Amino acid sequence: MPSENLVEIRDLNFTYDVRPVLQGINMDIPRGKVVAIMGLSGCGKTTLLRLIGGQLKPSQGAAKVAGQTVHELDSDALYRMRRRMGMLFQFGALFTDISVFDNVAFQMREHTDLPESLIRDLVLLKLEAVGLRGAHDLMPAELSGGMARRVALARAIALDPMLIMYDEPFAGLDTISLGVIGNLIRHLNDALGATSIVVTHDIQESLKIVDYVYFMSEGRVIAQGTPAEIRAVDTGFVRQFVHGEIDGPMPFHYPGATYAADLALEAVHA
Amino acid sequence: MERTTLDLWVGLFVVAGLAAVLVLAMKVGNLSTFNMSESYILQADFDNIGGLKARAPVKSAGVVVGRVTAITFDNATYRARVSMVIDKRYKFPKDTFGKILTAGLLGEQYLGLDPGGDEVMLKGGDKIAKTQSAVVLESLISSFMYNKAAEGDANAKKP
Amino acid sequence: MLERGLAAIRGTGHRVVNAIWRMGYASRFFFAVLTHSGMSFRRFYLTVKEIYFAGVLSLIIILVSGLFVGMVLGLQGYETLQKYGSESALGTLVALSLVRELGPVLAALLFASRAGSAITAEIGLMKATEQITAMEMMAVNPIARVVAPRFWGGVISMPLLAAMFSAMGVFGGYLVGVVMIGVDDGQFWSQMQSAVDFRRDVLNGVIKSGVFGVAVTAIALFEGYDAPPTAEGVSRATTRTVVTSSLAVLVLDFLLTAFMFRGI
Ligand SMILES: Nc1ncnc2c1ncn2[C@@H]1O[C@H](COP(=O)(O)OP(=O)(O)OP(=O)(O)O)[C@@H](O)[C@H]1O
Ligand SMILES: [Mg+2]
Repeated sequence: MPSENLVEIRDLNFTYDVRPVLQGINMDIPRGKVVAIMGLSGCGKTTLLRLIGGQLKPSQGAAKVAGQTVHELDSDALYRMRRRMGMLFQFGALFTDISVFDNVAFQMREHTDLPESLIRDLVLLKLEAVGLRGAHDLMPAELSGGMARRVALARAIALDPMLIMYDEPFAGLDTISLGVIGNLIRHLNDALGATSIVVTHDIQESLKIVDYVYFMSEGRVIAQGTPAEIRAVDTGFVRQFVHGEIDGPMPFHYPGATYAADLALEAVHA
Repeated sequence: MERTTLDLWVGLFVVAGLAAVLVLAMKVGNLSTFNMSESYILQADFDNIGGLKARAPVKSAGVVVGRVTAITFDNATYRARVSMVIDKRYKFPKDTFGKILTAGLLGEQYLGLDPGGDEVMLKGGDKIAKTQSAVVLESLISSFMYNKAAEGDANAKKP
Repeated sequence: MLERGLAAIRGTGHRVVNAIWRMGYASRFFFAVLTHSGMSFRRFYLTVKEIYFAGVLSLIIILVSGLFVGMVLGLQGYETLQKYGSESALGTLVALSLVRELGPVLAALLFASRAGSAITAEIGLMKATEQITAMEMMAVNPIARVVAPRFWGGVISMPLLAAMFSAMGVFGGYLVGVVMIGVDDGQFWSQMQSAVDFRRDVLNGVIKSGVFGVAVTAIALFEGYDAPPTAEGVSRATTRTVVTSSLAVLVLDFLLTAFMFRGI
């Protein structure tokens, strides 16, 4: 066993143009675990997943997956690594010109020589897991938002990857699907021996299924711990977040000029 | 769409496209009227070829029988040498007369062959002995003017 | 005053640098498409699908336009030629204009607005909805899987469409000239055949349309791939595709004509 952490993030900094988005992130994602990353909208969670997947290059520090520094890989090695990653995109990103079935079958057809009959069985199995076997003939445009997200989930796990990254798997799901998908994530992770990173806002649902939680705010990790530890925390931002209180140390607003100043400016223009 | 229907459409499309190229080659172009492999070469020298160009048609009795392949200047005789390929199906006597003619008043120039009466036929590589140069409009006009002027002088001398 | 002058100079410099950078980027993109073309032929079905979208779906507009352009040529050509008593040259006029110029050029312009804009919009939207990124995350190279098949589909379709346009146009000229006006049938075809040379006219026309196919498809793909991932970005890119590729077709046509028919 090379290392017990599948993903290691060290002093990771990232800047879009000039605005720093991530600052000095350190994280360990142990093999076989489900880890949640939480934080307010815009704090850089999706950006972090993209850095792990090698779509963006860090301006400082590094993300290591299975012992390899992602941004130092050449494109062949990066593609080899990505074959073993699955990613659920925040907005689904289904291929709109092919059916639900073909979407889920896409990677199988691209990367394997499996016979079509076996692909069919596998695809229906994955779709069954997200409760959409009956929808395999539909085109992505004919799906509801939540359905599209579940298809995207089925597609992300199509090749049984070692690392699965879910960007907001619970958004747009009703309470029943929410529980089902939550359990599915946990169950898949254990059955495949995979490692999962779940980015989510849904603290109650995720605390039920994850092994470890990182809290982020404004590009930094501000708290971390097991679900039990998190629940026990009774102060500050964690409490604010867990209990959904508006008042607290974490600002709700995107940084900018004060509201009053903006309004005053408006008044001058008028 | 079903893969087979798609294949069918694309197949039809490609066949139709190639058929169009074929139509352009055979029906619109000259690929059918003239086949290089079954032909022989003739040559002819002219004092003046006028506006004749390579690839101009060679006609006899109005029928295209061949095509001009090259036009060169012979520095020994100071004449133009025209090479042409003639379809194998058509034979011409030794004393055939070669002329450069114009299709219509403004049409393109072509090489006309007037067959003579000789028993012996021209064969590949032979030279057409008797030729008539192109009518050059400028010299035609200037000689016409000259004649007119001469006529005018003659008239003036008459009392 | 000085400030403003400096700003203007800086703005110009910025634009020039940008334009050069974009051209370099475009040629790298084009090169990448060529080097990643293996899949388009190994899995030819991908290309067949794009021939369907670029070629088969453009058929109607190409055939109808070709027919009408040929018919107009027949009418106008007859009108002019009969003044000189050479209406027998109508076939030559119709065929030469179509095969050398109008067929390849008009077919390419129609192709740019029908298929080129569709390609740009499709690729741009795929990018805007993260489908391209998703594909990269699945370890599938989008240049090889999405871009290259569309490129070859367009490059294969264009000469075939242009040939059909020309053939249809000649037929249109025949309909008007021979069937309607009554130009002699035999003269129409024989004059045409004696004037239209296979290598010089027909083959050069096909080569031209091949070059146009490369230019239009490459521009459409690049604009789509380079489009900002927004509704506005995609719509602008689509417009740019039609404008840029139409200009490219006309400029290339001049250059190719000057090169091909030089000294004839
Ligand atoms: N392409 C981009 N160019 C410039 N800035 C960007 C870009 N994408 C994201 N950002 C900025 O980076 C910051 C982090 O974005 P990110 O998408 O990672 O947030 P997030 O944590 O995933 O938010 P959410 O929960 O709303 O999805 C945001 O402030 C956003 O404005
Ligand atoms: Mg996000």
